[in-house]
Amino acid sequence: MENFDMTLIDWSRGQFALTAMYHWIFVPLTLGLTFIIAIMETIYVRTGDEKWKKMTKFWATLFGINFAIGVATGIILEFEFGTNWSNYSWFVGDIFGAPLAIEGIMAFFMESTFIAIMFFGWNKVSKKFHLTSTWLVAIGANISALWILVANAWMQDPVGMVFNPDTARNEMVSFWSVLFSPTAINKFLHTVTSGYVLSAVFVIGVASWFLLKKKDVVFAKQSILVASVFGLISALFLVWTGDGSARQIAKVQPMKFAAMEALWEGRTNAPLVAIGFLEKPAPPKTEGQYQEKEFAFKIEIPNMLSFLAFLDPNAYIPGVKDLVNGYTDPNTGQKVLSYSEKIALGKEAILTLKQYKEAVTAGNAEEAAALKAKFEDANWRDNTFRYFGYGYYSEDTKHGLLPSIPLSFYSFHLMVILSGHFLALFVVMLIFSLKNRLEKMKWLLYVGIWSIPLVYIASQAGWILAEMGRQPWVIQDLMPTLAAVSKIDAGSVQITFWLFAITFTTLLIAEIKIMLTQIKKGITGGH
Amino acid sequence: MFESLSLLALQQYWWVIVSILASLLVFLFFVQGGQTLIYTLGKTEMERKMLVNSLGRKWEFTFTTLVTFGGAFFASFPLFYSTSFGGAYWVWMLILFAFVIQAVAYEYRTKPNNFLGQRTFEWFLIINGALGTILVGAAVSTFFTGSAFSVNKLNLTNIFGEGSTTISAWEGPAHGLEAALNIQNLSLGLAIFFLARILALLYFMNDIDDENIFARSKKQLLINTVPFLVFFLLFVGLLLTKDGFAVIPEQGVDPLLWKVKMEPFKYLHNLLQMPLVLIIFLIGVVFVLWAIIGTLIGKCKHGIWAGGLGTVLTVFSVFLVAGFNNTAYYPSTYDLNSSLTIMNSSSSKFTLTAMSYVSLLVPFVLAYIFHAWKSINNKKIDAREMEEETHTY
Repeated sequence: MENFDMTLIDWSRGQFALTAMYHWIFVPLTLGLTFIIAIMETIYVRTGDEKWKKMTKFWATLFGINFAIGVATGIILEFEFGTNWSNYSWFVGDIFGAPLAIEGIMAFFMESTFIAIMFFGWNKVSKKFHLTSTWLVAIGANISALWILVANAWMQDPVGMVFNPDTARNEMVSFWSVLFSPTAINKFLHTVTSGYVLSAVFVIGVASWFLLKKKDVVFAKQSILVASVFGLISALFLVWTGDGSARQIAKVQPMKFAAMEALWEGRTNAPLVAIGFLEKPAPPKTEGQYQEKEFAFKIEIPNMLSFLAFLDPNAYIPGVKDLVNGYTDPNTGQKVLSYSEKIALGKEAILTLKQYKEAVTAGNAEEAAALKAKFEDANWRDNTFRYFGYGYYSEDTKHGLLPSIPLSFYSFHLMVILSGHFLALFVVMLIFSLKNRLEKMKWLLYVGIWSIPLVYIASQAGWILAEMGRQPWVIQDLMPTLAAVSKIDAGSVQITFWLFAITFTTLLIAEIKIMLTQIKKGITGGH
Repeated sequence: MFESLSLLALQQYWWVIVSILASLLVFLFFVQGGQTLIYTLGKTEMERKMLVNSLGRKWEFTFTTLVTFGGAFFASFPLFYSTSFGGAYWVWMLILFAFVIQAVAYEYRTKPNNFLGQRTFEWFLIINGALGTILVGAAVSTFFTGSAFSVNKLNLTNIFGEGSTTISAWEGPAHGLEAALNIQNLSLGLAIFFLARILALLYFMNDIDDENIFARSKKQLLINTVPFLVFFLLFVGLLLTKDGFAVIPEQGVDPLLWKVKMEPFKYLHNLLQMPLVLIIFLIGVVFVLWAIIGTLIGKCKHGIWAGGLGTVLTVFSVFLVAGFNNTAYYPSTYDLNSSLTIMNSSSSKFTLTAMSYVSLLVPFVLAYIFHAWKSINNKKIDAREMEEETHTY
């Protein structure tokens, strides 16, 4: 590891995490609120009832405030792949760049064009054109999410490419494999539906406050009705896609799966930890060893983890230790390599590339052809090259191949538990909404308001699991963060980290203050 | 359709697309130019409101074009993305910072309880306008002046402590800020800055129905044209007389391995050897001058169209000079053979082909943008609209 500047890597990771997490504060609301606004405007156009128009405009104002800061935090992310992860940009730019460009061409222009009509077109275009524009903003935002999530899914489950030793990078061979990989589909559906749930909770929370204040009561009740129906459908879909995502993780990212359940020892009939607390770890036996944390307390559902992962209660789930030390699946007899073996194969792959490049430079055509043949051999690619990224580690540093187990475990469980809460919230809100008894249920309205911070926590927890659970990989098994980073001094990254931390925090405070003021004004308070 | 094209043809096609996006971006910088003029042209609160709202209905196009430009460059020439962005770190970070603060400024400027106050958000717009244009201009100028960097793909294999594993490395501590010390880079940065202000003035004269703003814009047009011409001519003069970075094609050798060497008057040669590009360049310059002169001496209010078209043509031709005719478009002064060419820095044939199909969407995008804007932009902005409109900045 002596040639890796770990301070630089940590600060670069920190900067990316900072910008991604800030961006993700604003994006989910954009994804879902547009649909809620579009539904309300559709009711307005169909019924001609002015109060639905006022309602549409009220939520659209909040949308606009949120959208602006979402745009501000988003531009950084696109360029950070180049500024901070330059090796990554070259190593997989042939695949990763395409979705980003398509996102710009297909989605961003659609959003920015029709948002203008949504805000400025009320008195200038026909009702139907305006309504179409609002729907197109919603669709544009979600298409944008599609492409960036396809890109993200590809990092977690790289498919549809081969490595070209001449250019020293991975090159796309199947666009459709990238777009329609099961990981991409699950990730897209799960992530956007989480945005819909967040938006529904946001609308319910704000409307609950109106009801408690006895302000714009009719508006608030109708908003809750629309949001709880939208939220309930989304939450059911969220559970379904979450299930699909977990199964996909078990298949392609077994370490992330073990980490999110804090499963140290593999077993058949593995139980699912419903609730658990990890105890303080014992000090590592040797410097750099991973720290094992056992449960201080846990409630388990028998066989559930095996069933969740493979739809089979008897299925074997490898634990963290099995994945590090290698194991044989007792059910299938399939042997899985240890990290030490993968490191050796990764080094072999890297050295083969080095020898090939040197042979080409030296003009040694025969040796170059022999080495190149390895890269063209599917067997060698599947059994040696696929561990390329492990080659950057050694026996002494292989603990760096583990993600943070507590962070993965807690973020996963927090997300799941809170999702259950939101599902229940939508059901209860819908029932009392239909019975027209919301105003009397003060406790429920308070729960509605307090669910707003909870849904943001759940949403962030989901991303923390997705991104921290896959560490150290920027591209699963092929490139770790330490080989992806740009060659800049850590001091520069520290400065930009704080520059953006201060800027985003300041803008977040501004956004919240503006948002709260607009909410207090209410539906009749104008813009 | 695109499958039948050669890799070189696809690389050229994508260089054309990137050049078009860059030229549209410079035209759309009128938003940035306009932001630097809000206090110069707007003497009352209502005048500033009209100016900001006039720009506020366009700023997202500039922003989106910048993002798409970045995405398209990444998809088509990823080695540029990794080399320039990872190397000239500070230049790009400052550009990004300037755009971050712009994105919230319009929406939050006049919202009650906005924490920072209206003036702060207006200064965000001014900082974006000045920093964004000057730095992008200086960064683009390095396409001709070069930067000190090295590219070695073998670095990826340095797993036993032989050195850094990073392929592209900037060979200087300033990480891009050194570009500001070069007179040619500075002259293009300032030329773009004043051009953006000129375009903004032409735009305001066309878009805002207010006598005072019109009169002040006309006066400012002359004031900004003089420095624009000085810096633009300085840049062009330096460009056409300097040595350029020429790629030497070798029959039977992989273009990835072609060498780069200095050639006297390379960029002048490029213009002369590509007469169509020269014609586009000259027409572009004439259109810009025509827009300015026509507005100054006549009563023309629509100079933005000729000025905009001229800008697009000029910038487009400058990008073709940078990348075509066996020229290294992102040259390295540290190691000539590390220079980036459209041949050695592009995506694979498969990706360029797939992306080329996506590029067919662009005319549809332009068509709906045109239609949408026509339907809400058929009337000039005036004080009355600012008072009646429910959503203003």
